[in-house]
Amino acid sequence: MKLELRGITKRFGSLVANDDISLTVEPGEVHCLLGENGAGKSTLMNVLYGLSAADAGEIVVDDEPVAFSGPADAMAAGIGMVHQHFMLVPVFTVAENVMLGAEPTRGAGLLDVEATRARIREISEQYGFDVDPDAVVEHLPVGVQQRVEIIKALVRDARVLILDEPTAVLTPQETDELMGIMRQLTADGTSIVFITHKLREVRAIADRITVMRLGRVVGQAHPESTESELASLMVGRPVSLVVDAGTSDPAEVVLAVRGLTVVDDRDQLVVDDVSFDVRAGEILVVAGVQGNGQTELTEALLGLGGRVRGSVRLAGTELLGRSVREVLRAGVGFVPEDRRTDGLVGQFTVAENLVLDLYDRSPFARGPMLRHARIRSNAAERVGEFDIRAGSIDTLASTLSGGNQQKVVLARELSRPLKLLVATQPTRGLDVGSIEFVHRRIIAERDNRTPVLIVSTELDEASALADRILVMYRGSVVGIVPGDTERDVLGLMTAGYAPEQAFERAAAHPTRTGHPEYGGDGDEGEP
Amino acid sequence: MFTVLGLGALVLFGLLAPGGERSTFGISTAGDIVEIDPLGVPSRQAAILLALLCLAVAGYAFLLTARAEPVPLWLSVLFGTAFVLSFLTWAVAGETISLTGALQGSLALSVPLIFGALCGMLGERTGVINIAIEGQLLAGAFLSGVVASLLGNLWVGLIAAPLAGLLVAYLLAVFSIRYLVNQIIVGVVLNVLVLGLTNFLYGRLLSPQAGTWNSPGRFPRWKIPVLGDIPVIGPVLFDQTVIVYCMYLAVIVVHVALFHTRWGLRVRAVGEHPEAADTAGIAVNAVRFRNVLIGGAVAGFGGAYFTLGAIGVFSREMTAGAGFIALAAMILGRWKPMGAVFAALLFGFANNLQSVLGIIGSPIPSEFMLMAPYVLTIFAVAGLVGRIRPPAANGQPYIKS
Repeated sequence: MKLELRGITKRFGSLVANDDISLTVEPGEVHCLLGENGAGKSTLMNVLYGLSAADAGEIVVDDEPVAFSGPADAMAAGIGMVHQHFMLVPVFTVAENVMLGAEPTRGAGLLDVEATRARIREISEQYGFDVDPDAVVEHLPVGVQQRVEIIKALVRDARVLILDEPTAVLTPQETDELMGIMRQLTADGTSIVFITHKLREVRAIADRITVMRLGRVVGQAHPESTESELASLMVGRPVSLVVDAGTSDPAEVVLAVRGLTVVDDRDQLVVDDVSFDVRAGEILVVAGVQGNGQTELTEALLGLGGRVRGSVRLAGTELLGRSVREVLRAGVGFVPEDRRTDGLVGQFTVAENLVLDLYDRSPFARGPMLRHARIRSNAAERVGEFDIRAGSIDTLASTLSGGNQQKVVLARELSRPLKLLVATQPTRGLDVGSIEFVHRRIIAERDNRTPVLIVSTELDEASALADRILVMYRGSVVGIVPGDTERDVLGLMTAGYAPEQAFERAAAHPTRTGHPEYGGDGDEGEP
Repeated sequence: MFTVLGLGALVLFGLLAPGGERSTFGISTAGDIVEIDPLGVPSRQAAILLALLCLAVAGYAFLLTARAEPVPLWLSVLFGTAFVLSFLTWAVAGETISLTGALQGSLALSVPLIFGALCGMLGERTGVINIAIEGQLLAGAFLSGVVASLLGNLWVGLIAAPLAGLLVAYLLAVFSIRYLVNQIIVGVVLNVLVLGLTNFLYGRLLSPQAGTWNSPGRFPRWKIPVLGDIPVIGPVLFDQTVIVYCMYLAVIVVHVALFHTRWGLRVRAVGEHPEAADTAGIAVNAVRFRNVLIGGAVAGFGGAYFTLGAIGVFSREMTAGAGFIALAAMILGRWKPMGAVFAALLFGFANNLQSVLGIIGSPIPSEFMLMAPYVLTIFAVAGLVGRIRPPAANGQPYIKS
């Protein structure tokens, strides 16, 4: 099936999310839609999938203009979509999820579950999915849930499959398997629209690349292009993808974590006997797939976590059992995972946000009264130092872009003398330029002899920053390896393989995206 | 939780009971084909035995929880039954009560609870919290009574009842789904509105001119042949008014519809993950709107039981909080029709017990017995039955971006 978008325009108030976008997806090709967060990729796909109506432009399927008033129409036209956040009902079985919206019935509206089971088994067999139709979705690993989403589309005879950031939740090995599935699907004539901001994956799998920036198509690219060519097209200026971390000089152990165990409010063991050290002047990155206990680990360090056992000593002082305020006062800087809900108060101004954890002390307070002049002069200073692009220091934090919000959080946390910096997902959702900035500041802090603990799910980020990498899997430490450990090995460790096994397996089965020589010149993604 | 109650039962009802007395339960009513002699048991021993059964159930439940397995519904029911029976043997020591009468009374009080719980379930399974069940019951009771009186036809009254519930539900749906007003607030306001309206009309019309406005009469009991002759069960379940038979039917229909039909699958999807339902091509808010309306009709129909089924006249505030207890029954029954039935029966039983024990003059002050059903409700909702998991999108309006 050939799919064309002609002049699609979509506005949200004064913001033009999609500006006159045209692209063509040929039958059986993998068409990559590359762009940064906020470039308008997802908006475009929501228009294509009938979830929102375009203000102008048309969708053309096999040279016939079509109009979608809802996802049902799009599905009927042969378009399937795997959303970034899976659209699966957690308490339903695989079969119930797959049939939802297109249920086979045995008269009188009674569900024909057996027919769906048979279809799922058929498709599972064809593509080697290994999915049990009667498993409850919430008990399945994310990789399998994604396959359920793909089955959902295939059951409805999708000829064009949209994959929206499908690799965000996968380990490199799972990503590799997904690419294998994509190849099988295109071989059967299905077209795939692959939305991503990961350059490495684009080069490994794409037949054609369309690059978007700020709601516009800024160009086509070949899969042979280098990563920095793609990046500069995506960002609109030359960027350096990897910040030179320089050399580190780790000294004495400052943070010592021993036997840290956290039980969450659902009585699940989420952090299981974790022990590690961080030295002065060293960056330790905690890597792992989302949801393997990293968030709970940092929350426990800060004193936010539920039931915690073990010991966390910062320069000899025990931190566990203290309140968040005491931990911050002890010299811990914290960049939380979600800057909008935990890092900032959206309805406060930039100036106010910059003193959120300092407001009650000199020089920003005298007794119970705030000293606004000091708060404002502090803000002016930080805004300059961290290059925060805000209308003024009185601008509401919620109106800033993600990159600038993160700069506000960083500026606040780094503006007091630190004995430890903890940053969770410091660059998630940021544009390439902001990522570069954040990385530079983190490295500067390391060079300032501060021990730094970063939590990241991006292996590239881990490799770029880390002196040592700690990999977590299901709440426990899989291993701690040097910062220059190969990507494939790290990937296997995030799937639970111990370091020695991971080294062996990685040597035996290199992945498409793990090795620079793969996908480097042309279409070598073919299995 | 089970353990504490079980121990309490053992000490209170068993060990403290005066030894040597007998509790007598009349099982069959006079005139049955099969007459069974009243069952007399030694109070103390029976109470201890039943309390031990409670403890055993508690132990098993604890084991299941420790193994992170869910505690099945029948276990909770068994515990509740044993606990209540233990209590009963103690309370009626030295006296005689009619078991059939007690169960009949329980069912009578449960009927509106079951209709109300079904109404709540239909709404909440799609993610709309319906606090206005009370108002819908009351509206149903009122309109059915008035219509039946004016036209002198009970059947027309029965048809009018769901329309009254539907009207209240329509207001709830419009405000909470279309205008996104907080569901709880709309529900509370509707309750107050219906209460005020019916009180006003009662004071102006129904009370002064009761002959014209408030004399609907009651449906006769229809005994189902054969089934109705079974001892205990027969007179309790199968010698009832048409409204009760409709209740049986409603429970079965809702159960089958929710869990075995396309409609039910979509309803549950909308309540658990509306975005997923939307991307599967289901009109989320339309499903919600429709279900709130159906629920309102069910509750309104249940309201008719107060006037046309039980009392025969409408009286002020006659629902007396049944709508809220129905919500509790729905939660205790884990948003499942069968579960809600058991929970409602439990509440009905507790409520009925108060009047039964009041008559025979039990050792407990009647004020305490008045509290019993509500205390039971709090225990039930606060987690007697383990961790309760409502539909994930319950109470959240769905706004398409």
